[in-house]
Amino acid sequence: MRFWVNRLLGVTGALALLYAISVWATENLQEYYFKVIILCGIYIILAVSLNLVNGITGQFSIGHGGFYAVGAYVGAAWTVLWQPEAARALPLLQLNTLHGHIVNLLIALMLGAFAAGCTGFLVGLPSLRLRGDYLAIVTLGFGEVIRVVLLNIDAVGGARGLIGIPSLVQSGNLGFFWVFLFVVLLIAISRNLLQSSYGLAFLAVREDEVAADATGVNTTRVKVTAFVLAAVFAGIAGVLYAHFFINISPDTFDMNTSIIITTMVVLGGSGSITGSVLAATFLTAMPELLRDFKEYRMVIFSTLLILIMLTRPQGLFGHGELGYATFQRLIRSGRGKTL
Amino acid sequence: MSLLSLRDLHVYYGAIRALEGISLDVNAGEIVTMIGANGAGKSTTIRAISGLVRPRQGEITFDGASITNLPPHQIVMRGVSQSPEGRRVFANLTVFENLELGAYTRRDRSGIVGDLERVFALFPRLKERMYQSAGTLSGGEQQMLAIGRALMARPRLLLLDEPSLGLAPFLVQSIFEIIQDINRQGVTILLVEQNANQALRVAHRGYVLETGRVVLADSAANLLRNEEVRRAYLGE
Repeated sequence: MRFWVNRLLGVTGALALLYAISVWATENLQEYYFKVIILCGIYIILAVSLNLVNGITGQFSIGHGGFYAVGAYVGAAWTVLWQPEAARALPLLQLNTLHGHIVNLLIALMLGAFAAGCTGFLVGLPSLRLRGDYLAIVTLGFGEVIRVVLLNIDAVGGARGLIGIPSLVQSGNLGFFWVFLFVVLLIAISRNLLQSSYGLAFLAVREDEVAADATGVNTTRVKVTAFVLAAVFAGIAGVLYAHFFINISPDTFDMNTSIIITTMVVLGGSGSITGSVLAATFLTAMPELLRDFKEYRMVIFSTLLILIMLTRPQGLFGHGELGYATFQRLIRSGRGKTL
Repeated sequence: MSLLSLRDLHVYYGAIRALEGISLDVNAGEIVTMIGANGAGKSTTIRAISGLVRPRQGEITFDGASITNLPPHQIVMRGVSQSPEGRRVFANLTVFENLELGAYTRRDRSGIVGDLERVFALFPRLKERMYQSAGTLSGGEQQMLAIGRALMARPRLLLLDEPSLGLAPFLVQSIFEIIQDINRQGVTILLVEQNANQALRVAHRGYVLETGRVVLADSAANLLRNEEVRRAYLGE
C-alpha cells in the first residue's frame, strides 16, 4: 500500500515538474532554442527506441525513419482528414478548447502508435530469418517503400506533404511536457527491461541467438517484441513532430533521417540508453550550433563524427550506462582513494 | 520405456544430408554416449533433439510425447536442456546472468535458488566469479558455465555436446567426474564426445555413428572391448 502511495506521489510530482518546466520554457526561451530542444526530445525518442532493436536485441535495423513516417502521417491524417468529420458527430472532439486539443492529440498518438506498431510487426517478421547486413538492407528498403508510398497518396498531399496541421502539441504551452513525457516513459521502459530477467532474454539474443534458443528463450517473440516496441515509440515521435512543427512531407522522413537515427545509436554505444540520449542531443543540437560556420557546417559535423568513431569505436558509452549507480560507484572509489 | 527415443531421423542442411535415419534410445537414469568422427552427425543429432534444426523425416519422442517439430524453448520447458558445442556462453553477460538465463523458462523462484546452490556446489569456481563477465573466463570455466546453465533449467535429460573439447587434460578428468555426479543426482545424460575413451568409461551404453548412421550400439563396456572401436576411435 505504502509502495503504491509513494509511487503515485512520485508520478504526480514528475508530471507537475514537467508541466512547470514546460510553461517556463515556453515563456522564457527564444522560440528558436525552444524548437531545438523539442527536436532533441523527438530524436531522443527515436534513438532510444531504435536502441531497443539495434543495441539491446542486436538486430541491425536502419529503417527507423519509416516507422517515424507512419506515425506522423497516420496521426496527422486523423487531425487533418478524419477529425472534422468525427467532430460533427461528437462535439467532444471539436478543436475550439484546450481539452478538445488534448483529446485529439491523444487519439492521434494512439492511432499513430498503433499503425507504426503494426508496421513494426510486419517488418519484424523477416528479421526472424535474416541476419546482419541482409536485415539492414530489408529495413532500409522498407523505409524507402514507405516514403514512396506517401509520395503517391494524394489524400495526404503527395510530394507537397500535409501542411497546416493544427498545433496540438504546443497548445496550452504543453509542448515540452508532451515530448519529454514520452522521453521519460521510454527511458523508464528501456531501463526496466534491461534490469529484468525478461530483458536478459533480449541481451541473450544479441549475444548469441543459438545459445539463447538452446536455453529456452523464445527468440522469435523477443525479436518481434523489440521491433514492435521500437516502432510504437517511433510512431509517437512522428505524431509529436507532425503536431508541433505542423508541416510534414515525405522528405522529412527520407533515408538521411533513418541513417542519422542509426548513427545516434552507434555513436552513443549500441545498447547504452544514456549513450543514445546524449548522442541524439548532440547530433540534433550540433548542426544548429555550427550554423555560424555557414557552408562549412556539414563538413565540420562529419569530421567530428569520424573523429569520435576513430577514438571510441565502441561508441561514447560502449555498453555502459550513466546513472545513479555510476555516481555511487564514483563516490565509493573516491572514498577508497582517500582512505 | 525409454525417456528419449529417436526413430529413423533424417536431417538435411540444404541439399546436404547430415543424418540418414538415426534411431536410438536413452532410458531414464542412464548416461548414453554417441561417438564418431567429425561429420558423423553427432552434433546434428543433438541439434535435432533440441529443436535447433528440423528433421525432414522421423520421430523424436520424449517422455512418451512427440517433440519432433516443437520450437526449442518448448523442448526446454519439457525438460531437455543442453550445453551446446563450443560452449556458447553469453560473453558480455556475467556468470550469474548466464545462469539466470538457464532458468529462463522457470517461474519457481525458490526452486531456482536451490538449483543455483547445486550448480555452485558442483562448480565452486563459478561462485567465485559470479559477477565477472563470462567472456573473461578460461575455456574450462566457460565449459562449467555452459553445463551449469543447462542444469539451471532443471532438465530431466541433459544433452552435452563435446564437453571436453579444448580443455587441459586434468580438467577433462574432472569434467567427466562431474558428469557422473550430475547423473547420480538423477539427471539422464546424452553425451557427445570425440574423446571416446573417456566417454565410454563414464557411460552405460554407447552408439557409434558414421556418416549419419548408427553403425554399432552396445553397452559401453562391450564397446570398449570391441576390436573395431578400439582401432577406429581409441587409437589402438
